[in-house]
Amino acid sequence: MSEEIIQSRRRFLTDGSKATLSTAAVVLLAGCGGAVAQARMDSDPAQDAAILNVALGLEHEAINAYQIGAESGLLQQPVLETAVLFQSHHKAHRDALVDAIRSLGGTPVEEKSISEYAKELQADTIGSQGDILMLAARLEKGAANAYLGVIPSFTDPTLAQVSGRLAADETMHWTVLASALGQQVPQQALSFGA
Amino acid sequence: MKQLFALALTAMVFHPTAAAMAADAARGEQLYGSRCAGCHSVEVNRIGPKHRGVFDREAGTVPDYDYSDALRDSKVVWDEASLDAWLTKPQDFIPGQKMFFSLRNAEERADIIAYLQQVSE
Repeated sequence: MSEEIIQSRRRFLTDGSKATLSTAAVVLLAGCGGAVAQARMDSDPAQDAAILNVALGLEHEAINAYQIGAESGLLQQPVLETAVLFQSHHKAHRDALVDAIRSLGGTPVEEKSISEYAKELQADTIGSQGDILMLAARLEKGAANAYLGVIPSFTDPTLAQVSGRLAADETMHWTVLASALGQQVPQQALSFGA
Repeated sequence: MKQLFALALTAMVFHPTAAAMAADAARGEQLYGSRCAGCHSVEVNRIGPKHRGVFDREAGTVPDYDYSDALRDSKVVWDEASLDAWLTKPQDFIPGQKMFFSLRNAEERADIIAYLQQVSE
């Protein structure tokens, strides 16, 4: 068997594995197999896993931020109930991202301790429900923009669509939080992403 | 209508280079809050490293931050030009690093870079 044929077969097997890994990741993130397009043969699972790992870091941070808020004793109903609901959304994002990263052959980034997140988010400066809402709104807006900002970097376009869906969830959270804070609706169009 | 849409799209995508425009650090601070603060902070390491003092600093040298090998070994020093190239498409500027967020709008990049310079003084 010629070296060319051997290399061709190796390339076929490698490309096929890439497509299978990537498709599995998309199915896991999209939550339904039927509507998922086939992954492209030229996708780069390692790069896509690295992008999803940054997203996972954001989700870990958001979950812990809401936990810090819930445990602070500063949140009143119905704000507390909404915060716990939003935290459950982030937990669902986290679980889907962990599975997707593993299916792409990556290693999911570990969650830090809640005290580390408290330090990073400067939780010692929080003294009111409004402070918690401001922090949550800032993180949600940042996450929405982060998800939008990485879309061009995905090598699998279907994962880019999933990133758009995650951004939509974060934008929905930000809208509710900004409304609760009485913040002005953005006056310019295209205020998210760049 | 199609022509109008094409013109609008062109205006959104093709901007002059960041260096060619007068940067606005105050606007950069606002943009930093919405575009960068999802992962970064000026004062503390989070998903990404802190930014206080980033200007003239060698890439990959903030203490207690877990950098990729690619960034740590890059020998890049952050200045206006390198930050503009980085924010335009980080994976092209330093392949193998772990930031994939890109800012396609040159004016926004210039303003954010002006703000980063301000917090480094």
